[in-house]
Amino acid sequence: MRKIAIAVSLSIFIGFLIATAFLIHPFGYPPSEMDDYIIENTQSETGANNAVTAVVFDYRGFDTLGEATILFTAVTGVVMLFRAKKKREK
Amino acid sequence: MMSKIVRTMASFLILFALIYGLYIIMHGHSTPGGGFQGGAVVASGVALLIVAFGSHSIHRSLLERRLSILMSIGLLIFIGLAFGGMTGTFFYNFLVGSPIFGHVPPSGPNPGEMSSGGVIPIMDIGVGLNVAGGLSAILLVMALATTLTEAEE
Repeated sequence: MRKIAIAVSLSIFIGFLIATAFLIHPFGYPPSEMDDYIIENTQSETGANNAVTAVVFDYRGFDTLGEATILFTAVTGVVMLFRAKKKREK
Repeated sequence: MMSKIVRTMASFLILFALIYGLYIIMHGHSTPGGGFQGGAVVASGVALLIVAFGSHSIHRSLLERRLSILMSIGLLIFIGLAFGGMTGTFFYNFLVGSPIFGHVPPSGPNPGEMSSGGVIPIMDIGVGLNVAGGLSAILLVMALATTLTEAEE
């Protein structure tokens, strides 16, 4: 019974995935002016050849600051958790 | 602690893992990659050492306290450079045109220049230190905790 339910829900899910793959917008639609601006002006404005790194570290630096802070907080939490356990066992 | 073959090969391969990771960090502004990816490669080298030598013998020379100091230094470099551009806006690329990493390449395909990109290479180094130190600290601490629980059982 449970296997049948899992099979039915999985097949419905995969059917939705396949339908979405055919109904999705074509590549590059709707057109935006942001990507053209970045491709044209990255090298002259930031001096970097790699446009992806220029976007990550310069145009959207705030986003990267958030990512680095999330990683910092996660590492702090993990180290704190496991260090407390080690001390108690000693 | 694994066999002598694995230990010899790991102490040989760690050089290539570290060099590849540092290459990805340093060339983030001109080739694919960057601080996050290179830091993950460096941390995978630390994972190789932990698997080959065991977490206790690694912990003798690589303390998670020092790794977290490395992580904090990386994040401070990143935030400090972000504040350095406060004459324009937050995260303004204030080093473009200056002697340090200030070379502006011509538009279109070009062979690339190490001394370009403004603050981006230095931010790459900061984020690379942050990610490498943080992920290595997580790996080391978790491996130590696993061996402790195994010894308890």
